Order: sequence, then C-alpha cells, then structure tokens
Amino acid sequence: MLRLTAKHLIWLKSLFHLMGALPIAYLVIAVATDRAGGDPVQYIIHFTGMGALNALVATLLISPIAKFTKQGVLMQTRRLVGLYVFAYATLHIAAFFSLDLLFAWGLLFSEVVKRPYILVGALAYLIVTTLAVTSFKALMRRMGRRWQIVHNAVYLVAILAPIHFYWSVKSEIIEPSLYLVGLGLLLVWRLPFVHKKRVERGNVAGKMTK
Amino acid sequence: MANSSRFTQGILKKAQWHIQDNQVTPESVFRSRRHIVKAMGLGAIGASIPGYVQAGLFDLFGDQPKTSFITTPLTFKTNPQYGGSDGLTPFDKVTSHNNFYEFGTSKQDPMDNAQGFKVDPWQLRIEGEVERPMTLDLDQLTKMFPLEERTYRLRCVEAWSMVIPWVGFPLAALLKKVGVTSKGKYVAFETAFDPEQMPGQKSRLMGGGIHYPYVEGLTLAEAMNDLTLLSVGLYGKTLPPQNGAPIRLVVPWKYGFKSIKSIVRIRVMDKQPPTSWNQLASHEYGFYANVNPAVDHPRWSQATERRIGEGGLFSATRIDTQLFNGYGEFVAPLYDGMDLRKFY
Repeated sequence: MLRLTAKHLIWLKSLFHLMGALPIAYLVIAVATDRAGGDPVQYIIHFTGMGALNALVATLLISPIAKFTKQGVLMQTRRLVGLYVFAYATLHIAAFFSLDLLFAWGLLFSEVVKRPYILVGALAYLIVTTLAVTSFKALMRRMGRRWQIVHNAVYLVAILAPIHFYWSVKSEIIEPSLYLVGLGLLLVWRLPFVHKKRVERGNVAGKMTK
Repeated sequence: MANSSRFTQGILKKAQWHIQDNQVTPESVFRSRRHIVKAMGLGAIGASIPGYVQAGLFDLFGDQPKTSFITTPLTFKTNPQYGGSDGLTPFDKVTSHNNFYEFGTSKQDPMDNAQGFKVDPWQLRIEGEVERPMTLDLDQLTKMFPLEERTYRLRCVEAWSMVIPWVGFPLAALLKKVGVTSKGKYVAFETAFDPEQMPGQKSRLMGGGIHYPYVEGLTLAEAMNDLTLLSVGLYGKTLPPQNGAPIRLVVPWKYGFKSIKSIVRIRVMDKQPPTSWNQLASHEYGFYANVNPAVDHPRWSQATERRIGEGGLFSATRIDTQLFNGYGEFVAPLYDGMDLRKFY
C-alpha cells in the first residue's frame, strides 16, 4: 500500500479543505436560489449544525484510521479538520442568533436558560472555541504538557454535541442516536484499557509477521 | 369554475391574496433560474463532492418540477370575519415547509415525497355517537357544503408561524348533518394509513417514531366552534398533498399538530380519544395544546414566534405569541375556569 508522506500532505490538506468548504458553497447557492425550503432560517441552522457534528466525527476518526492504516502523516490533518468543527459551529450559532432570534439579546439569555439543549450546545461551543484559539503551533509549544490536557476536552465535546442534537428534536431520535453511539464508540476506542489491549495485540501480531 | 373573488354590495372584490398579473413572474422565467445557475458551470465540480451534497446539487440544478400533483380551482365565498391584518405567507412557502411525518420528518420531505399521493378515490367515514353515520367520497368533500375562504394564523409548536388562506367548511356543519347523539362528548380524527404511499409509516427512520395512523381529537364544544374548519383547499385551489389533501382539520387557536391532515375517519365518542403527540410524549404535548405564550414547552419557550412571511432570508420577523393565537374572543369561553397550565 502507498505510504503517504509529507509530500502528499499538501494534497491531503487541499482535499480536506475542499470537503469542508464545498458544503458551505452549496448552502450559499441553495439559499440564494430559493432551494432551501420554505424556511431557509431553519434549513441553515440545521445544515450548519450537522456540518459541525460531521466534522467532529471526521476529526475523531483521523487517529484511529491513521493507526489502523499505519498512515502517520494523517495525524497532521487533525487540526485542519478540527477547525472546521469550529467554523461550522460558529456559523450554526451565528445563524441562530442573527436569523432566528434576530439579535434579541434578552431572548438569547432566556432561551439558553429555558432550553437545556441550547445550554449543552453553548457549553460544547465554549470548549471548541478554546481549542480553536489554542490551536496555533507557537501556543502549543509554549503550553507544553498542558496543551494536551486542554485539548483532551474534545472528548467532552464528543459527548455534549450529540446530546445537544438528541435533545433538540421532537421525536425523530434515530439519527441523533446514531451520532451518540458513533461518537461514543470513538471515545471507547481511546479508553486506556481498550487502547492497551489493542497495542498488546498489535505487538503480538507484529512479532508473528517478523 | 374558479371563483376566488367575493361579491360585496355589487362590487367585485378580489381576495386579499390576489396579485396583479403584471406582478407575477412568468412560470417559464421562474423555471429558467436553474438554467442560469447551470450556465455558470458550477456542475463541473460535481464529481469531487460527497454523495449527500451531490443529491442536493441535483435538486438545485435539476429541472423536474417538484409539484406534479394536480390541484383544481374551487368555488367559494370569502368569510372576512376572522381575517385580521397579518400579511399572508406566500404559497411557495406554505407548500414547501410542512410537518407531515407520514412523508418524512424534514420540512421539505412532504413536498418531495407526497406528489404521487392518490386522493381519488377517497372515503371519509363519519361514525360513532351520531344518528346518521355517513361516508363522503372525494367529490362530496367539496360539494356537500358551501365552501368559504378564511385566512387563519397557523402557529406551530416549534415556534414558527404562517398566515394561510384556507378554503373549507365548518366542522360544525358536518356534525349537524350527521346529528351527534346525547352521548357524544369528544370527536376523534384519523389520518389515512397507507405505508405504500406514505414512506414515513413504513420506515421508523423516516416517520419520526410516531405510532401510525396519526390520530387527533377535540372536545365536542371545540369541534362545534365556528372557527374549527375542515379545509379542502388553500389559495383558492384544492389542497396539495403535503398540506393534507384531500381534507384536513384547521384549528387555528391550537398548535399546528392538532390540525390533522388527510383525514379518513371522524368518530364522535363519549370519552377523550388518544392523540398522537400526546401518546409519544405526554409531558410535552397535551390533549388541548392551546397556543399559550405563558405555558412553555418543557424544552423551549413559547413566548415568541418567528413569522414566515414574504421575502427572503433577511426579512424574517419575530413576534410575540398571543394567547389562543389571537382568537381568544371566539374561544376563550370554552376554557372558563380551566387551569391552562394543567390542561396544556
């Protein structure tokens, strides 16, 4: 199998940028050409929310895929994909506040209090924002070990975000349930004892092939 | 023959939603918007795009009309009594933003999935505690009672609202015709059950977990109130399937889910009938479901609503929700002495 190297990284990153940016272009065209339904506000909020959730799944899939396929260079795309979580979540919240609440500050606070799922989403967004702000290489170096501790909070987002989705729907719970389970599995995969077992098994397999 | 005008003191008045011919974009021009976008060459990037986006792009650039269901003009008189001064929600939005889980849970699903829905033949059975049970066929739905046009506000429990010119007849007229017996206290309604035509009834993923057929109910007093309409049309023509063809209920002082669509059975009962959303989550959706800004949904506020009106993305408005959706003068006496927090 082709082993991806740093030379391929630029192509890989370009591909991921394209995959991240194209849905936004699609959304803009859909809204501009009146193809975003009778209530484009609801359409935009849902579309960007799903975008953030999908980007989160993609971010958390990178390291399992990199390890499974032994393509270490993939790990260097994690920040890029993770920043798309931040981008979509920002659009999601901006659309909610500007197009749905129409900049009613008072309503924002009363809604956040009255709708627990918004509180959960807001908490997830605060974490994502913190991670985005501390994602610069220079800051990463300066923060040292603490950087990893802070960025482990993405696992909390992986729990909060699908709960936010599940809690917001009226009755169509199957789709949010799939996200809950999927993201849950990606977290379980990272649990220390699961991880250890996997490493041990990997070593045995490695010895046998040698 | 089309008669969307009303006759007042010898003057022919246009219905309020009538627009001048020169204000209408010809349909051919409207349809060619997509050719314009296509001509920009945006289709070329298609190959590199994920599947779900491709499906959406096909929507964007596809030329097939989305609404192939045939609706026909109705003859009616306009009833100005309940009109109000709210601006109408345009036809395009009324017919493309629907909660009709039988055809899928996304707002556009009903428009996309209901176009092949067969309403002919149709049978609406009226039975239960009535003296003369009867079955109406499609033709009788629009011919048995004089039709009137009424413009009502529609407030969804999800906190958005529309203003729609319905065509129909009061439910009371039908109930008087069949004669409710002294035992009749409630009226139950049932939507058609046809999984072959209604994909949401076939697949739990598409149907949102509702136990089909969808059922609704009113007290007899609510059912007999003059506001309660059996609608067979909107904007002067028979109902499109996504709006509940061929006949649906419209109860404008209650949240939209009470206004059950595509009805096949009306049953007068001596006890309170089960209702679909109440069965699904009784702490969130009550039997009465009266629009009430003071009683919040457990997960969101009902104090305000976003009005879906004319214009695009940036012309949205948020308005205060009114008790009984502003129809208190007609229906408040129905709930005298009732604790509306308890009977939500």
